[in-house]
Amino acid sequence: MPADCLVKIRDLNFSYDNRPILNGINMDFPRGKVVAIMGGSGCGKTTLLRLIGGQLRPTGGSVEVNGQAVHRMGHAELYAMRRRMGMLFQFGALFTDISVFDNVAFQIREHTDLPEELVRDLVMMKLNAVGLRGAHKLMPNELSGGMARRVALARAIALDPMLMMYDEPFTGLDPLSLGVIGQLIRKLNDALGATSIMVTHDIQESMLIVDYIYFMSEGRVVAEGTPDELRATKDPFVHQFLYAEADGPVPFHYPAGDFSADLLRSNARG
Amino acid sequence: MDSLRNLLVGLGSRVTDRIWRLGFAARFFAAILGYSAQTFLRPQLLLREIWFSGVLSLIIILVSGLFVGLVLGLQGYETLQRYGSSEALGILVALSLVRELGPVVAGLLFASRAGSAVTAEIGLMKATEQLKAMDMMAVNPLARVVAPRFWGGVISMPLLAALFSMMGVFGGYLIGVVFIGVDEGAFWSQMQASVDFREDVLNGVIKSFVFGVAVSLIAVFEGYDSVPTAEGVSRAITRTVVTSALAILALDFVLTSFMFRSL
Repeated sequence: MPADCLVKIRDLNFSYDNRPILNGINMDFPRGKVVAIMGGSGCGKTTLLRLIGGQLRPTGGSVEVNGQAVHRMGHAELYAMRRRMGMLFQFGALFTDISVFDNVAFQIREHTDLPEELVRDLVMMKLNAVGLRGAHKLMPNELSGGMARRVALARAIALDPMLMMYDEPFTGLDPLSLGVIGQLIRKLNDALGATSIMVTHDIQESMLIVDYIYFMSEGRVVAEGTPDELRATKDPFVHQFLYAEADGPVPFHYPAGDFSADLLRSNARG
Repeated sequence: MDSLRNLLVGLGSRVTDRIWRLGFAARFFAAILGYSAQTFLRPQLLLREIWFSGVLSLIIILVSGLFVGLVLGLQGYETLQRYGSSEALGILVALSLVRELGPVVAGLLFASRAGSAVTAEIGLMKATEQLKAMDMMAVNPLARVVAPRFWGGVISMPLLAALFSMMGVFGGYLIGVVFIGVDEGAFWSQMQASVDFREDVLNGVIKSFVFGVAVSLIAVFEGYDSVPTAEGVSRAITRTVVTSALAILALDFVLTSFMFRSL
């Protein structure tokens, strides 16, 4: 990975109620790249994203964004940093009491004193970028899942962030919407000159748009590389994950005793 | 022995959980007060909440006030006429409403109508990650969502209680004067002579303000602290209504015992 990284994570540990979630994570996110973090459900991907955004504090190690240690920032510093970050939540997290237009304008109005005409132009530009300029008057409950995700994307890029974070951006989308969101993530990253971190377990779509992938399992990085490197790898975990094999290093069965002994025991009881 | 120990451990943890939650609520209240200046600097946010908590509660408050006044008129007349003092109906209706029924019943209705709505709204915003999204946009949810809703409730509550009392007095007048035929002059003049502005009206306003603070705080806290699931939000709404009702009745007793010590 190149040396000019926007986000650097070193020896990161995080526990919740003494239960370890992340264990010795080291990751680099180079400027201008789209990097995916993949792994099964509950492996700590979203927690990692929240640590980068400063919503959680690590129990050990460091998270640096643009050369500043996020975990040591005070409230004001953290908010100043977040103005330069955008985050797309799993189901969009649109504000349901205001229109599509007001959702996208929210951050601009909160953080700037721009006149309303300029706010309107900016919002229309962002909505046009995601193909929903014509939907600016709709309320969030009138949008399909894919449209809501695109509006949330327009809202996340409202202030041209240097870092974009995506939490499961493809969850629950039909194949068409999935392709549209995938392409938007790539195009917007390149157009804004931003850096993107995408937490996902959608392999096929991600492999098409990302520059680099980290694989996580049980709170550790177990594999990493470009999509081509990972396709060629013989690593059994990566192979199982990429080709969706039911059994492998991640076992199909929840840990249990001997099956035949279990059957004999139930027969004896019967 | 083990079951006794488990019982004690369970009891202890429930008590410490409650104390911890009370401490969290106190810190939460302090944080809301800290962000209050921002709320008053953005009056459009505050007006929106006064609209939702206050104006949209008007129908239930006015209708309930009228019915409470009608019943007070009937019951009051029935009792007073036994002692030949049915002209005092105006005093009875006005004092009952201004001192007690206005603030208390309006508070209970306010908790059910506006308090539950505020808890549901904040709880659902939490469950759908809207609060988290706001926080990630460097906009503090306590300042942007919670504090305006709290102050919207605090400002609305005394006004609603006053309107409740006004409708109640009108209800008492309708029954007593219009339908039963109590002397109109006696009804109003005795009321005017006996209801003291500071002792009765102002104390009623103070009560309704205190109830407004209690109900609004409980509503925003339960929403903010709810478990972010459908079941969690529904439980939070129930807790808002139950806790608010108990808080209003307990506070009413405490305030009454301080305000009317000469009785």
